[in-house]
Amino acid sequence: MTSDVILLGHGSGGSLSHQLLDELIVPLLCDLAPGDQNDAAVLPPQNGRLAFTTDSYVVEPVIFPGGNIGDLAINGTVNDLAMAGARPLAISVGLILEEGLPVAELKTILGAMKEAAQKARVAIVTGDTKVVPRGKADKIFINTSGVGVIEHDLDIRGSGAQVGDKILINGTLGDHGMAVLARREGLALETDLCSDSASLNHLVDELISVCGADLHVLRDPTRGGVATTLKEIARQSQVEITLDELALPVRSEVSGVCSILGLDPLFVANEGKLLAIVAPQQAEAALAAMQMHREGSDAAIIGEVTAVADGKVRMRTSIGGVRSIEMLAGEQLPRIC
Amino acid sequence: MNYSREFRDPAVARKLLDSITEMVAGYRQSITLMEVCGTHTMAIYQHGLRNLLPVPIRLISGPGCPVCVTPIEYVDRAVALARRRNTVIATFGDMIRVPGSSSSLLREKADGADIRIVYSPLDAVALAASLPEKEVVFLGVGFETTTPTIAGAVLTAQRQGLKNFFVLTAHKTMPAPMAALVSDPDLQVDGYLCPAHVSAVIGAQGYELLVKKYHVPCVITGFEPLDVLQGVLMLVQQVVAREARLEIQYSRIVKPQGNLKAQQLIADVFTPCDARWRGIGEIPDSGLRLRDEFAPFDAALALPVPVEEPKEHKGCLCGEILKGKVTPRDCPLFKTVCSTENPVGACMVSSEGTCAAEYKYGV
Repeated sequence: MTSDVILLGHGSGGSLSHQLLDELIVPLLCDLAPGDQNDAAVLPPQNGRLAFTTDSYVVEPVIFPGGNIGDLAINGTVNDLAMAGARPLAISVGLILEEGLPVAELKTILGAMKEAAQKARVAIVTGDTKVVPRGKADKIFINTSGVGVIEHDLDIRGSGAQVGDKILINGTLGDHGMAVLARREGLALETDLCSDSASLNHLVDELISVCGADLHVLRDPTRGGVATTLKEIARQSQVEITLDELALPVRSEVSGVCSILGLDPLFVANEGKLLAIVAPQQAEAALAAMQMHREGSDAAIIGEVTAVADGKVRMRTSIGGVRSIEMLAGEQLPRIC
Repeated sequence: MNYSREFRDPAVARKLLDSITEMVAGYRQSITLMEVCGTHTMAIYQHGLRNLLPVPIRLISGPGCPVCVTPIEYVDRAVALARRRNTVIATFGDMIRVPGSSSSLLREKADGADIRIVYSPLDAVALAASLPEKEVVFLGVGFETTTPTIAGAVLTAQRQGLKNFFVLTAHKTMPAPMAALVSDPDLQVDGYLCPAHVSAVIGAQGYELLVKKYHVPCVITGFEPLDVLQGVLMLVQQVVAREARLEIQYSRIVKPQGNLKAQQLIADVFTPCDARWRGIGEIPDSGLRLRDEFAPFDAALALPVPVEEPKEHKGCLCGEILKGKVTPRDCPLFKTVCSTENPVGACMVSSEGTCAAEYKYGV
């Protein structure tokens, strides 16, 4: 690369564009020989139903403790496929770069994408890059779409929760959201909060093999947190979900920062967590499988499906009270005092 | 000490609840206890405390959320300032969603106004220092818990010789509205759960009048669920014994004399004034304004802007709710027109407002 920052010309389609692609993006992301580059990737026929998903990433700051926008964009799409019970096959990457983005930063981000894709064992097969004038984007926006294959006949969906089912989560709540918030706002808090950004497809494989048809729902509680995701599931399945506050795994750093700012970890975003709703007879086996896995050492059973109802989520509080849980409205805003 | 465990112990909670139940057994009248602190409101809802208390005890929420009691004229002025050229509004998060007469700061932000959320008033001073070509207005809202930090920010700006840092003040002080509410003949308050952190600053003396003149039991109470239950027990003991004393449940933080340094800081920068409380009206000596020597920092004086005529939403019962006269579910707008997604009144906007708490946590 002749320039150490991204120039408008890098998106022009001309020689600067080719330099960016040939010297940086292609070698870092997919390593296709120039002779193999075409307008579309062609995938081999698959034995099973296909899952297809897309997501865009606009996080600020782009690099944060525990990850960056690059691994987030791969893990997020891999996880969306995994939540449908699909094995991720191929991912596309659309980059929108802001003029002036340091090439070194782009390299770090692309490197993280490649590493995340390797960990998830998914190929990046196609992509696109555009450059917009300074101020028209915030450093880098990434869109990823993914295709996966469902190689079993299980029906894992948000409407699958049944009365008696147990709710499991594979670890602590709110790590990603609080790590990003603390970095973004430059909060002078001495914490070592880290994002939990991780791909969960291998964990899902494990859960499918342990639970089979007793695995009813999988969902990753990203924006809006665990509370919002459970509310969605309760509505889709027309049930009442009851959480047990004492069972919720929350790091003390996260609950500490949340209580200072007046936020609730139940509503804070996660990027390496999944909620699994399983039949009661398989709950302990599923929990043990999660806890054996690298992405599930802090897994816990946090509640159960308690009744047929009009999409309710309630929580048994630590001192024995009950309160209802509603969806997050707008952004969670820090309180005054 | 792990607060989330020691102060949330279910076995201790059970014992306190049993003692409360025993205390009110055979008591014929209802016992209405009011808290006047948004953090108490949230703690009571978050832990589901209301439903655990025996029937005669009614917990009601008073005007304890600083965002909720800020008058609509203030929001309108903040909106007008946000529309001014070269002006940056720096604010704590809660304020940006509060609806004014025809707009809100959130709306103005979408239209291009420069509105920034800060976590400390000192961040707003730093912002002013880093943007010499702009005028930075900090929205000074809050009770005695936040006022000392804002006083510190004004002194810092003065020391740094900043000419582009301003505060739009709507500071409130605590015991005044509690006295106003007990003198309201339509309202029965049998005891006050007095605010925890406000009391850590002002100390206990401020509540003497309530106890002596109005014979209302007062207990300064902490925010953890066991604190609240113990505070309720202490109040109920007084009510049943027909006594009225000031007690400090939250003694691990609150000292009788308060925080003298913080009190001095407030007195150095602010002076008492009459203040308007949303829903309640004007209460003498219940607010704080900048002392005359700090007038150049006062946004209302230094940055005059035309402000629209205040217009409250018809049917919104925020005023009655702030007085504890009705509950959110009595309001015809609750969950119909007014929701946390589309708040009509201030009690729904702030995360510590009574309507928001009922909306989010009410069973």
